[in-house]
Amino acid sequence: MYEGCTYIYERERRKPEGSHWLRLHFCLPSPPAGRMNFKNMREYLAWLYYQYLLITGIYVLEPWEKSIFNSVLFSAIAMVVYTSYVFVPIHVHLALEFFFENFGGQPESTMALMS
Amino acid sequence: MGSYNYLGFAENNADFLKTVADKVQRYGAGVCSTRQEIGNLNIHQELEQLVAHFLGVESSMIFGMGFATNSMNIPALVGKGSLIVSDELNHTSLILGARLSGATIRVFKHNNMHSLEKLLREAVCSGQPRTRRPWKKILIMVEGIYSMEGSVVRLPEIIALKKKYKAYLYLDEAHSIGAVGPSGRGVTELFNVSPADVDVMMGTFTKSFGAAGGYIAGKKDLVDYLRSHSHSAVYASAMSPAITEQVTRAMKCIMGQDGSMEGIRRIRQLAENTKYFRAKLKDMGFIIYGDDDSPVVPVLLYMPGKVVAFAREMLERRIGVVVVGFPATPITEARARFCLSASHTREILDQVLHHMNEVGDLLCLKFSRRKRSS
Repeated sequence: MYEGCTYIYERERRKPEGSHWLRLHFCLPSPPAGRMNFKNMREYLAWLYYQYLLITGIYVLEPWEKSIFNSVLFSAIAMVVYTSYVFVPIHVHLALEFFFENFGGQPESTMALMS
Repeated sequence: MGSYNYLGFAENNADFLKTVADKVQRYGAGVCSTRQEIGNLNIHQELEQLVAHFLGVESSMIFGMGFATNSMNIPALVGKGSLIVSDELNHTSLILGARLSGATIRVFKHNNMHSLEKLLREAVCSGQPRTRRPWKKILIMVEGIYSMEGSVVRLPEIIALKKKYKAYLYLDEAHSIGAVGPSGRGVTELFNVSPADVDVMMGTFTKSFGAAGGYIAGKKDLVDYLRSHSHSAVYASAMSPAITEQVTRAMKCIMGQDGSMEGIRRIRQLAENTKYFRAKLKDMGFIIYGDDDSPVVPVLLYMPGKVVAFAREMLERRIGVVVVGFPATPITEARARFCLSASHTREILDQVLHHMNEVGDLLCLKFSRRKRSS
């Protein structure tokens, strides 16, 4: 985490290279040395897609193989998003209840004893 | 930018090749026989004397094929009961020769003298595997310049180790002969080491001389022994006259014996090109392997996808490069290998560097974390 923060800081000091595969999860690949003049967003996105093809290695595959890989990856990500949206709040709620049972937990058992 | 044409002798110039054409007219296109039968021409013997004079050794012998020089002569030098200590990244011809010989093979880490010393110590102390008898011979096999790394062998240290442990040294100068050293004599000249210290000097004529074939040079006893005991010498057909003449003319040019300064000019041009190209690439931020003197420049690409993309992009910009992946290199260390030449001018190099810059930005290849001067 610390390394990621210093990396982003150093990005302003000197323009490092972009997506060396070990550091991909720290930040988006930056067009190196400011030499790449992207005229618009489309070009930048196209370049990002190109980098994605290179890094995952599907650049070398046929177009139909690329589409298969892309659809599998996309459906996996969609399932992850759906599952996290549906289940993460419920799990967080249950976990908090387990650890701090006075956190909106069961009503006090004295009521049951009295009645 | 990928051919092994280090001194530019592979040029297609009709004037320079006149002597070659003459020899073809006189001797024919091929020899069709082995050196031992009727294939021994006087030009072969002259070339052998020339090679010996060039390298500064007693005598030498030439073979028709560079790969076969290694793979067929090592079995003649060592056999069962000997030990071969070879570098991790040796060429296939050396490995094949070692395996064919039947000797025990031990491998040490690339250019790592501690690993080599440990191996030698352990070999001398423990001897052969089961019987514990001393080894008949210990042969250290190294290359002058390793073609996939561009690294130069540490010759003075290996010679010190060889003398200490009484081993023999086999030096394969396929890429370094003609390409390094102030007058092109190879790594022995680069490190200022006497050629008599290296027991078997082997090299090929394929790279710097623009021909084909190989040679083995050393003491007269060694070469005389090989003439009758080596498979390649006895059974393989001899070098063809055209190639012999090409090697002769290239070697005479390098030595300056044809009266012009062309040889020295080419060697100096190659050295200058090497220094310039390497420095510029390092400045740009690419990761480069190898010694600063070696004309082989591997630029690391790392990703398999980028290997293909790099080759295509450079080809679109009309520059041909050689990209290398698995199994010639480890799978995560794919590289593009540039081989510099004396026939590259400063303009050509500038153009290549400019395009490398663009492609490096496009593909995110500038991995170096060194602080750059810009």
